[in-house]
Amino acid sequence: MAVLVNKDTKVIVQGITGREGSFHATQCKAYGTQVVGGVTPGKGGQEVEGMPVFDSVKEAVENTGADCSLIFVPPPFAADAVLEAVDAGIKTVICITEGIPVNDMIPVKNYIKTYYPDTVLIGPNCPGVITPDEAKIGIMPGHIFKRGKVGIVSRSGTLTYEAAFQLSNRDIGQSTVIGIGGDPVPGTVFSDVLKWFQDDPETEAIVMIGEIGGTAEEEAAEFIKEYVTKPVVAYIAGVTAPPGKRMGHAGAIIAGGKGTAEEKYKALGSAGVNTVKNISFIGEAVAEVLK
Amino acid sequence: MKVHEHQAKEIFAKYGLPVPKGYPAFTVEEAVEVAQQLGKFPVVVKAQIHAGGRGKAGGVKLANSLDEVQQYAAELLGKTLVTFQTGPEGLPVSRIYIEEGTNIDKEYYVAITLDRSKSKLIIMASAEGGMEIEEVAATNPEAIITEEIDPFIGLRPFQARNIALKLGFPKKLINKVAGVFLKLYDVYMKEDASMVEINPLVLTKEGNVIVLDAKVDFDDNALFRHPDIMEMEDPTQESELEVRAKQYNLNYIKLDGNIACMVNGAGLAMATMDTIKLAGGEPANFLDVGGSANAEQIANAFKIILSDPNVKAIFINIFGGILRCDRLAEGIIQASKEVNPHVPIVVRMEGTNVELGKKMLAESGLDLIPADTMWEGAQKAVELAKQA
Repeated sequence: MAVLVNKDTKVIVQGITGREGSFHATQCKAYGTQVVGGVTPGKGGQEVEGMPVFDSVKEAVENTGADCSLIFVPPPFAADAVLEAVDAGIKTVICITEGIPVNDMIPVKNYIKTYYPDTVLIGPNCPGVITPDEAKIGIMPGHIFKRGKVGIVSRSGTLTYEAAFQLSNRDIGQSTVIGIGGDPVPGTVFSDVLKWFQDDPETEAIVMIGEIGGTAEEEAAEFIKEYVTKPVVAYIAGVTAPPGKRMGHAGAIIAGGKGTAEEKYKALGSAGVNTVKNISFIGEAVAEVLK
Repeated sequence: MKVHEHQAKEIFAKYGLPVPKGYPAFTVEEAVEVAQQLGKFPVVVKAQIHAGGRGKAGGVKLANSLDEVQQYAAELLGKTLVTFQTGPEGLPVSRIYIEEGTNIDKEYYVAITLDRSKSKLIIMASAEGGMEIEEVAATNPEAIITEEIDPFIGLRPFQARNIALKLGFPKKLINKVAGVFLKLYDVYMKEDASMVEINPLVLTKEGNVIVLDAKVDFDDNALFRHPDIMEMEDPTQESELEVRAKQYNLNYIKLDGNIACMVNGAGLAMATMDTIKLAGGEPANFLDVGGSANAEQIANAFKIILSDPNVKAIFINIFGGILRCDRLAEGIIQASKEVNPHVPIVVRMEGTNVELGKKMLAESGLDLIPADTMWEGAQKAVELAKQA
């Protein structure tokens, strides 16, 4: 089953003629994802590695039947690219772009929530989504993932790889792996993904990787108490991060004493989550809950 | 990005917010000159640093004469001010702000920022001005008035008036105070701030409303559309290594420990610091070289972390995704030839082309200590740093 994306998902790549867009469109296709085309305004009619390019998302959807979009559009134009995809009827929008102004994302997020409640935006500033052996829609290295029964959701790209790698090495596969991104206004938050994993019959356990900043982990803890019965293993990065400093990700900052790793561990612990303080032992912890 | 109070006030003034008259000064002579220009006493001499809590730390002085201005300016300029927000190392005072005095009757607090759990902006206000809002939130949360700002219609005048009323301003000032809130919102939106704060907003004995202290933080992601704000950056308020790292497009933050780390990805970089701590050591820095680092980037990163005199060992932790391990190995080898590192280096590498990368490092003749996992790497680095 898996969640969100599978072998039937038809993907277009917005920004397909750019360096990153063309590279990753090709990589996703090579993994087996149905990449049916791409969009770059003004470059319609061209082809990128056999994938047709369209001038607008609407045109691309009409011609290819795409239901998912992967976005590599540069930061100044990325918020508009998201809205264009949503308006064209795309149901799953995955935005990789890092560095979108927060003031651009606030109306976008609220617009989708209000007018397109069934549309899912993953990211921005994320590695994307992979359902191993079916569809890789993002920039992650496909070969470290293995199909199985653990769902992973994470705010960090490389920590997602670290976790998936440890699991795969123990022969523990993944149902779907979702990077929700490191920005302060993410399209999808932990609790959204936790619900999908809880409702997915294939997923038997969940790995959640958070980091300092905001209160999404605390809200996830509340949600787990109410709704999630499957075992959850969680790690939070940034125990040693100093307050007031932005740790790489725009959203990874302890501000006004809020958003510390300690608070998040405490909230998750009290929700019955198996918390792991050392990321190197996340594979072991998952093996333990699956016993 | 942070700016100084005097810069924030210049921006506020452009939007019609009522700020007292004042001028920045970089030398004692300039301070005396601008105090003369203000023409009457008392004036306030304020240290300009990128942190709050200046008053309690002795960074704000009331001067009643030119002699006093001269004395306070001499005291403050060049001093390192330690406040509860700066950490023990403090921040250098390289400029001061001389401002006309204000007859304070009452002090209020107002700020606009993002409520991340709602993905909406909120405006917060309190009649307990002058105090840190975190303190008010902890001790007397009911004293904070909050209004959510709808992103489709923005802050409405009626919301601004309601806050002014709740704060207990005299009725004849309600519209004026609401105007301050609306203009503050204007600053936030048009300048792409991530936080604007007036603390305190003052009701004077003469019945005027004055912005006595001003703070703006800007969204780094939006600076590309604000070249004028980028020019306001003050490198004296950051560590020298952080300024250099920024020039190389590296995400580097200096910390107090002695084990340097070099990592790809922000999350993994934080996790590496945490793992060093768990192994009984202290990280010397946060460093994310990014997903597309080339040999030159790696070399620059090396130079930065080696410039920190506290560093006793280096832990390189890379999960090769798009950044392939062989390319990273190439970068490490090239960089080591260039900068000749004088401390032990532990390398943990995993992911794409890892076998080739490990082989290249093994054959390079460099004295590198391999590790198979993050935990093993962190433990080895901590051990080596202790021996050094």
